[in-house]
Amino acid sequence: MSGTFVGMPAFPKAAHEAVGNTTLRANLRHATHTIRDKRAKAVAELDDWALLREAGKQIKDHTLRHLDTYLVQLEEAVTAAGGVVHWAADADEANRIVTRLVKETGESEVVKVKSMATQEIGLNEALEAAGIAAYETDLAELIVQLGHDRPSHILVPAIHRNRGEIRDIFTKEMGAWGRPAPEGLTDTPAELAEAARLHLREKFLRAKVGISGANFMVAATGTLVVVESEGNGRMCLTLPETLISVVGIEKIVPTWRDLEVFLQTLPRSSTAERMNPYTSMWTGTSDSDGPQTFHLVLIDNGRTDTLADEVGRQALRCIRCSACLNVCPVYERAGGHAYGSVYPGPIGAILSPQLRGTASEIDASLPYASSLCGACYEVCPVAIDIPEVLVHLRERVVQGGEVTRRGAKVTLKPAKGHAGERAAMRAARWAFTHPAALATGQRLAARTRRFHPRMLPGPGRAWSATRDLPQVPAESFRDWWQRTHGSKESGK
Amino acid sequence: MSSRDIILARIRRALGAPAGAPTAYDTDIDRDYLHEHGDRTTSQTVELLAENLADYRANVHRCSDGELAATVARLLAEHGSRSVVVPGGLHEEWLAQTALATVADDAESTPAALDQVDSVVTACAVAIAETGTIVLDGSPDQGRRRITLIPDHHICVVRVPDQVVSSVPQALERLDPTRPLTWISGPSATSDIELDRVEGVHGPRTLEVILLSE
Ligand code: SF4
Repeated sequence: MSGTFVGMPAFPKAAHEAVGNTTLRANLRHATHTIRDKRAKAVAELDDWALLREAGKQIKDHTLRHLDTYLVQLEEAVTAAGGVVHWAADADEANRIVTRLVKETGESEVVKVKSMATQEIGLNEALEAAGIAAYETDLAELIVQLGHDRPSHILVPAIHRNRGEIRDIFTKEMGAWGRPAPEGLTDTPAELAEAARLHLREKFLRAKVGISGANFMVAATGTLVVVESEGNGRMCLTLPETLISVVGIEKIVPTWRDLEVFLQTLPRSSTAERMNPYTSMWTGTSDSDGPQTFHLVLIDNGRTDTLADEVGRQALRCIRCSACLNVCPVYERAGGHAYGSVYPGPIGAILSPQLRGTASEIDASLPYASSLCGACYEVCPVAIDIPEVLVHLRERVVQGGEVTRRGAKVTLKPAKGHAGERAAMRAARWAFTHPAALATGQRLAARTRRFHPRMLPGPGRAWSATRDLPQVPAESFRDWWQRTHGSKESGK
Repeated sequence: MSSRDIILARIRRALGAPAGAPTAYDTDIDRDYLHEHGDRTTSQTVELLAENLADYRANVHRCSDGELAATVARLLAEHGSRSVVVPGGLHEEWLAQTALATVADDAESTPAALDQVDSVVTACAVAIAETGTIVLDGSPDQGRRRITLIPDHHICVVRVPDQVVSSVPQALERLDPTRPLTWISGPSATSDIELDRVEGVHGPRTLEVILLSE
């Protein structure tokens, strides 16, 4: 798949470099702790949170079990409402379809709503190669794009930049893309937001083609839903004549009513708000309100392979709220870039190696980019057992076994020369020689116990058989690690 | 084989035995979660709406039918507006006391034309107390989505208590998915710069909600 961060070193190395960057760490720490605390309050307001979470999990699991049926139903509903549905088996095909659709409009620029799916497939780069300029309109994405940078967080992609850096990027780069930054721009957030407003408004008002993703698609009605804060989404979804939405096939829910669960859990888990400022919902095209041409591009790009893995498929429940990033002690230290994909943090560690396979060094190391403390599972609004999938994928890397790639069953060889184990050791050593990275994970002592029964039996033996695994109740993994490895490897 | 067939075939293979028609949908999902949170009287629900709107930096006003035209005129004047766009089906008397130039929501109101307009006045479809949300559904008294997006000042009138529901589930029951829907919770905002919340990036920077009681 494209969208791999080209030339990316494996996680332990990238993380090691990120940890040395003190600005990055300070920004990340501030961000993750702030959102985490706010989220806990927003969630506490709903005393049926556990039931909403369980319903969200069940709806998504049910949908995945009948995914073919619901996709066909969605296609019918969207078509009946005046939209056109396209199917793309992989990133290249999706990019070819979108490029063709844009070219057919005769336009050479598009405005974009922040979308993980289009980042995953490398759409901007593909459009650029075809001579089409794609403008990101989310403030953070604009900062990332103008800074010739990569997003580092699902929700706040420019979280690794502070206000001074943002001011410098705007001053230096805006002029080359359109309206320059105002003279004497300071670094106050209000002024920076105003500069972005002016810069982007000229683009919104003349845009003929908009490109978006979607948070949800309702099979029964053909309705698409985009959740956002700034209004850039509304601009892109409303003003252009043509709207192209590129959406992963797992974003579907069966009925209108199902939105009642996710519209309660997503905002609170994500931005820690009762509700995000704007949500747009549209069903096909409407007379004289919004785009008159609507294309929906459904992408597979590794999702059906993920679906074929009975343990790993739960990753497809993800609603991209980013709560798991904000509680992860490893993410907090390593930053989003170290994960080498558009999906950082705990969800990235299980999703990317499934979507892309584990052939590359970065993908083989991702299942180890975690302390297994379990905090990600506890905050996940659709109850994805991320530690369970991590352990499962580690076994895959080390042991080999049957997996599905591009729809065909293939047998993975065990990672050569214990490459997987080496990756594991390096990742673990990194984590455990940075004790502060695990400070939050001190709950570990109690928490890991829950996961050990899943780790010890089964094919995980290849890795665990050569190690003294801890007596489950007696000793935490961390203590065990320090006892058995601490002295000789503490110098990193 | 088309990509459509390839993807559907991959899904069926991934799922093993044919999963068949999803008849179990109703029984598969436990909907034990609450239909609304808390036990409130109607007036307490309206109160909660006002609180949550204000918490997300909307300006909340209350008035009766007889006071509405004066309230709208005052808010437009206080904002220093010179022009206002109004949807075709809005009650004419709502704007009876303002002398501002009104712009109709029609083919002439292109994005560029709307960018010159200072304010917009609309009704709403439903308002959600627990989340402080107003929902517009493109009805004649709310107009096309673009008119509440481009002008910098939005005045929205909510009839209380009949347009107010407690919760998200109750709101969805009232809405028609075939209409273009816009859910608005406070004015446009961003927290992308060091997580400092800044109101107003692209949507209206000022949202005024008038709770209109009969
Ligand atoms: S895995 Fe769960 S917590 Fe993480 S982004 Fe997805 S839905 Fe949110």
